[in-house]
Amino acid sequence: MKSLRQSLHKQDLLGLGLMVILFAVFYFLFDEEILDDYWETNVILILINIIMAVSLNLINGLTGQFSIGHAGFMAVGAYTSAIITVKLGMDFPIALIVATVSAAFLGFLIGMPTLRLNGDYLAIATLGLGEIIRIAILNIDYVGGASGFMGIPRLTTFPIAFWIMVFVVYFIKNFKNSADGRACLAIRENEIAAETMGINTTKYKVMAFTIGAGFAGTAGALFSHYYYIAHPASFTFMRSFDVLTMVVLGGLGSISGSISGAVLLTAISAALADYPEWRMVIYSIVLIVLMLNRPQGIFGNKELSLKMFQSIKLGGGSRGGTAQSE
Amino acid sequence: MDTGSFAHQFAQQIVNGVSLGSIYALIALGYTMIYGIIKLINFAHGDIYMLGAYIGFVAITKAGLPFLPALIVSMIGAALAGIIIERIAYRPMRNAPRIAALITAIGVSFFLENGMILLVSPQPRTFPPVFAPTVYNIGGIVVNNQQILILVSALLLMLALTYIVNRTKAGKAMRAVSYDADAAKLMGIDTDRVISTTFALGSALAAAAGVLVGIYYNSIDPLMGMMPGIKAFIAAVVGGIGILPGAMLGGIIMGLVEAMVSGFFSSTYRDAAAFAILILILLYKPTGLLGKNVKEKV
Amino acid sequence: MLQKCEQVRIISVACKADRLLSLHGSPARNLKKAKVLLMKAWKKAVGALAMTTLVASMFTGCGKKDAAKKDSGNEIKIGALFELTGNVANYGKSTYKGVQLAVEQINAKGGINGKKIKLVEADNKSEPSESGNAATKLITKDKVSVIIGPATSGCVSAATPVVTNSKVPLMAPVATAPGITVDEKGKVRPFIFRACFTDPFQGKLMAKFAVETLKLKNIAIFYDSSSDYSKGLMDVFGKTLEEKGGKVVGKEAFLAKDQDFKSALTKLKASNPEALYVPGYYEEVSKIIKQAREVGLTCPILGSDGWDSPKLAQIAGGEALNGTYFTSAYSAQDKDPHVQQFIKDYKAKFNEEPDTFAIHAYDGTLAVAEAIKQAGTTDGTKIADALSKIKDLQVATGKYTLDKDHNPVSGGIIIEMKDGVQTFKQKITL
Repeated sequence: MKSLRQSLHKQDLLGLGLMVILFAVFYFLFDEEILDDYWETNVILILINIIMAVSLNLINGLTGQFSIGHAGFMAVGAYTSAIITVKLGMDFPIALIVATVSAAFLGFLIGMPTLRLNGDYLAIATLGLGEIIRIAILNIDYVGGASGFMGIPRLTTFPIAFWIMVFVVYFIKNFKNSADGRACLAIRENEIAAETMGINTTKYKVMAFTIGAGFAGTAGALFSHYYYIAHPASFTFMRSFDVLTMVVLGGLGSISGSISGAVLLTAISAALADYPEWRMVIYSIVLIVLMLNRPQGIFGNKELSLKMFQSIKLGGGSRGGTAQSE
Repeated sequence: MDTGSFAHQFAQQIVNGVSLGSIYALIALGYTMIYGIIKLINFAHGDIYMLGAYIGFVAITKAGLPFLPALIVSMIGAALAGIIIERIAYRPMRNAPRIAALITAIGVSFFLENGMILLVSPQPRTFPPVFAPTVYNIGGIVVNNQQILILVSALLLMLALTYIVNRTKAGKAMRAVSYDADAAKLMGIDTDRVISTTFALGSALAAAAGVLVGIYYNSIDPLMGMMPGIKAFIAAVVGGIGILPGAMLGGIIMGLVEAMVSGFFSSTYRDAAAFAILILILLYKPTGLLGKNVKEKV
Repeated sequence: MLQKCEQVRIISVACKADRLLSLHGSPARNLKKAKVLLMKAWKKAVGALAMTTLVASMFTGCGKKDAAKKDSGNEIKIGALFELTGNVANYGKSTYKGVQLAVEQINAKGGINGKKIKLVEADNKSEPSESGNAATKLITKDKVSVIIGPATSGCVSAATPVVTNSKVPLMAPVATAPGITVDEKGKVRPFIFRACFTDPFQGKLMAKFAVETLKLKNIAIFYDSSSDYSKGLMDVFGKTLEEKGGKVVGKEAFLAKDQDFKSALTKLKASNPEALYVPGYYEEVSKIIKQAREVGLTCPILGSDGWDSPKLAQIAGGEALNGTYFTSAYSAQDKDPHVQQFIKDYKAKFNEEPDTFAIHAYDGTLAVAEAIKQAGTTDGTKIADALSKIKDLQVATGKYTLDKDHNPVSGGIIIEMKDGVQTFKQKITL
């Protein structure tokens, strides 16, 4: 498969190059104040949401597990990082690492017993766990309890958020294309068959869950260090649902899909800000309509790739792309 | 009798728990029927309960109906709503991936909640007194007539439902479809109609719970269905999903646990306790307390 | 009873038969095929439409960036940042209504220095991070000169760094946490102002009333652990009670949006309290009082200004409310014409009785308008300066004067509920 590896390699470099250009453009725009604070706030929110969506996609899309409590892991990351910087006075990089590791650890602890469940039951169980985490935080006065954890310094900047996003996306992309990733895909397609073929399903399910939870923690740390505050109200089921919608909208299993979903949904939420009461109603109607008419989302489970552009150029161009599917 | 004694506290909490549990049981009955037949967690079920409460509210305040007619109107209204929702949002999703169907259900739930907030404002509404609450004091334990009404209604409705499901032809059709939908189709059963009927029945029960709750707690608001909906689902799972007496049992258990946790531990961990029970049951007896073990075939 | 494999075979045969028959293309079949194709095309079209709507709405947001100037000549832009959706939408909306009434009246009288006020509303979804976002939007996109709101302390804290960096004053009309106006080091936040009690103040007032007037000693507390308002009050009340020689005989917590409190109330009843202190908002308090009476708790129940709403008596019922008291900044029975006029105007505009949120928001807005008038400019620093200097401004609840911590100087009133009607019991100061 040498040619496949070569073409993947070429694609990676191209993607990386694109990222550098994108970064430079936006950095320039922010620096020169051409794009104001409002734009910066939303762009950083988009970056955080991309990390959330891509990490959730690892669990739901790649491995086919129904997790709808992702906000709980985000909360863990948000709070632990805040404890590190505010209470213990350490640097942001340490806080980020602690956030990721602690969320991943929690994911591991939770994943071990509950991943025996499947389908709808797992969904409700993860929903419950997300809520339990939130209720627990509400009752811990050390981190502010119901008042929230205030006074967090704004340590998240556009460059930090951007490059962490790039790192997470590439990490997950490489995971997806690795042997472990393929094991997860096998589990998604047919768990019993995968088990029969000798794949340790529990190991991979827990692995995916742990990694996904860890990156949600990273996103949480970026989040709390941008908005100056970590508050239980920011990590309710609504947020888990938002992230889930981004993933499904983009297409379960597609990383480019999650990215597009995150960008789209964050932008729409901002656009609808002028119609607050109608916003939620419109949101849910659009969601239902989308589910009814295109449940596979924008990208289905395919990725944005060179092959896709090539097939369009050759005039054949069905939108979905060809060999570059999983 | 020493009102502070443990025995007395315990007995009182049991009363509290049973009345709370009957409400969960009523909602859980609908959940278990719907899940049994199309294997979908109807997230919107809790919001149908809320809808029923509001319909009852309008019936009593605007149309001036007395209790029983208002209850019936509310049940019919909710049944219609349930049928419409099933037709528009769930039927097309029957062959779609499960996660898409789940998201649609959540979408419907949010639509109902926020639509109601838009329509009637988030302000809580109060039910006018439909019958005066009388309090019975039995040896220091306090029970009021509304609690008894709720328990009795729940029991009656469950008996009625069990009768329908086990003794009528329509019920037989429902059982057939929940066992194997394709085979039922081959046998000439109109599965679409059966599913609609199930939704109607389940929604009617939830609406009844809503009206009773509105009278009991005296206030309704658009978000009242969220938590009870989830707890009722947990109750259905605890009792054994798809099994009617299981839903009743599960509901009472959930109510009792909640009362005990609040009464002897701390009220703030009530919801956490409910989820903890769910996880325990799913880990150790996933088919529920009254369920039978079914091996999964490849 | 057919085996499953048998059934599968039957079904596959049936399908094959169906397909064979359809190849003959009878008109009925063709119609059906056409219908199926039409459905598919329809679905694709709707899907594409939904997609384009989503993408298009993305850009309408950007399009609105047209020149919003701070001073479009004859308008003063004030931002109204509130919890209009989400968990506490109830209270956010009430507060917003108070602001709207005040702005309407000011504009009717000609505005501020001849310029009309334009209210720009923004919703923070009852969530602090959205609060920061919304504040940024109001300041950078809509170019408001002052922000009024949010209603909850957490959301105010989240907006604080944003407004302070941009030097835009913020009036928090009903947020009660002390840390809003004064930071942990004791320094006053230069751009944040308040229009209501602080928690420590209210908590101490009620403790004083309980011990000195009602002569009670053993009191149990039932508080909302998901609200910092309630927790703050619980804390201060407990400490003050013990300082005055009383005792907290029981402490239980509930969560906002809870419906059933009987279990916790039963537990509290077992500790034989002489009174129950329930600092919280009327949505839960009304149910708590009703259920407390139902489980047999007949002792007096004490509370805070979050009780103040017409819904309290509606939900709890007049009889249950007998023997309950709460602290408030004003009394609806106060013959003072300003209070009465406010209630009358509010009823006329919104067709309902006002509550504590609305009246404080009204006051806060009047103060803001006055400050802008005094400053004579839309420069944030100057307005903040003017606000901090306000003395004895006549507002609905009385005279508004800010102390050095940007909190209003006020006394308190104890309201007693008699047959569901708020009656003035006594004035009380520390």
